[in-house]
Amino acid sequence: MIFEGTAHKYGRDVDTDVIIPARYLNTHDPDELAAHCMEDIDKDFIDRVQPGDIIVAGENFGCGSSREQAPVAIKAAGVSCVVAASFARIFYRNAINIGLPILVCPEAVREVEGGDLLRVNLDQGEVEDLTRGRAFQADRFPEFMQKIVAAGGLMNYVKERSGGSNA
Amino acid sequence: MARPMNITEKILARSCGREEVQPGDFIDARLDLALANDITAPLAIKEFEAAGIQQVWDKEKVVMVCDHFVPNKDIKSAEQAKLVRDFARRQGLTNFFDVGRMGIEHVILPEKGLVVPGDVVIGADSHTCTYGALGAFATGVGSTDLAAGMATGKVWLRVPETIRFNYEGEPRRYVTGKDYILYTIGMIGVDGALYQAMEFGGGAIRNLSMDGRFTMCNMAIEAGGKSGIVEPDAVTEEYCRGRALREPVMLASDEAAGYKRVIDIDVCTIEPQVAKPHLPSNAVPASELADLKVDQVVIGSCTNGRIEDLRMAAEVLKGRKVHPDVRTLVFPGSQQVYRQAMKEGLIDIFIEAEVAVSTPTCGPCLGGHMGILAAGERCVSTTNRNFVGRMGHTESEVYLAGPYVAAATAVAGTVTVPQEVLA
Repeated sequence: MIFEGTAHKYGRDVDTDVIIPARYLNTHDPDELAAHCMEDIDKDFIDRVQPGDIIVAGENFGCGSSREQAPVAIKAAGVSCVVAASFARIFYRNAINIGLPILVCPEAVREVEGGDLLRVNLDQGEVEDLTRGRAFQADRFPEFMQKIVAAGGLMNYVKERSGGSNA
Repeated sequence: MARPMNITEKILARSCGREEVQPGDFIDARLDLALANDITAPLAIKEFEAAGIQQVWDKEKVVMVCDHFVPNKDIKSAEQAKLVRDFARRQGLTNFFDVGRMGIEHVILPEKGLVVPGDVVIGADSHTCTYGALGAFATGVGSTDLAAGMATGKVWLRVPETIRFNYEGEPRRYVTGKDYILYTIGMIGVDGALYQAMEFGGGAIRNLSMDGRFTMCNMAIEAGGKSGIVEPDAVTEEYCRGRALREPVMLASDEAAGYKRVIDIDVCTIEPQVAKPHLPSNAVPASELADLKVDQVVIGSCTNGRIEDLRMAAEVLKGRKVHPDVRTLVFPGSQQVYRQAMKEGLIDIFIEAEVAVSTPTCGPCLGGHMGILAAGERCVSTTNRNFVGRMGHTESEVYLAGPYVAAATAVAGTVTVPQEVLA
């Protein structure tokens, strides 16, 4: 999978409360959630974001609450991929489980500026900054997680493995 | 003979029927309990039903608690909670807790003996790590992981590396488990334990009550930890007596067990702590923040809503009134905590002190309801997060503290150490 879009850049420790504030968790509708995505850290994000855009952030992205509404809101806002220096563990699992592509690439995070045009090759784990003419190599997913991604998310993976015995 | 293992590795090895596991192994762990609340269950139910699954794997082991936005705070919350209620009834969940029977999930599950030492628990709530205080492996997950757990009774886990924290020495007066953990997070940072288990031990932990241990394990996630854990001992055994619904499996770390890091902490040096906005790692001695005016004080939550926490608050508030400019809110963590507080006269002390006492709910901790802050307002809270906008407006501020400091601050109107009020 290859994505191309503009980088929206943030610092470290972006928590799930600013990604989707709890006051909006009285719904689980992806579009309603998307309307408030990043609201408490970047009020205009939802007006600026274009389909395919890419979030670039520092260490510990998605820390705090386990709310899966956070990656759901990001995905529904049209973001194609999140590139971070590191991810908090629950967010990491949630993103894989719901099919929001994520990449760990500290080098890209150091070099990319907000507004740069990026191209991400998910299968190769390559992040290319087209504005600056630079390319960066992201970490590979552990093999076990690649299987979940290949199955199209956790529920499909579980169904495949159980052979539908509990279905 | 298996290689030496720490308690987390032993629990996880047991859960997948292996002699031994080591950090980095991917395992399919058998679950003893899977938990969701009124915010996370709706998404899990949606995933569960979309996959065409008819029945949960075990109706006694899938637990649902309506605690975040209940009593229903608005129409949308009411509809989400109804979705959970309907599912729980349809599935015949034995352990479904609603208004009047519920409490904050991480207070009532241990209280009712639903979690026992040696368990493996996942919960669609990041503070599920609280149960590590019992010597169980417990970790927060998202709704889809929970849905898979509800369906299969299993969860995939990567066996974490463990950081061992040894707390030694005699604590100063008014220093609690909350102060230990805030100090620790301040030391290692909000991702200092990322993907790792935090094992709390040493003489000062042996001397710490169960309630204090729950508070510490509860905040492991605030250091990025996968779990927090305390090896079970006589204190744990006493807590489980007459309460545990299953036979506890009391495990301990081998002497030669491996750790990624070992950190020694002398508790004699720890003063009552306050974590400044906007990260739980911004911990400083409360004494450094004297004269900082506050508008609200919150005492409660899955971190500090247990009976011992209310006793600490009452010790400070007894015979005093809270400052006229401070709104003070107490949230007992469960009906049982509430009732015990009544029996002990604590509720009288709070009402005499002009404190509002609420039914159990997560309420203001996550900016849900029951105490939201306006722009420019400041709150000292015994909760667990002080992120931007956590308790209301993005320009409001939350300072995290233990119950003694929170209660003393409520009386003084500015951040205050308990010694000053009680002197």
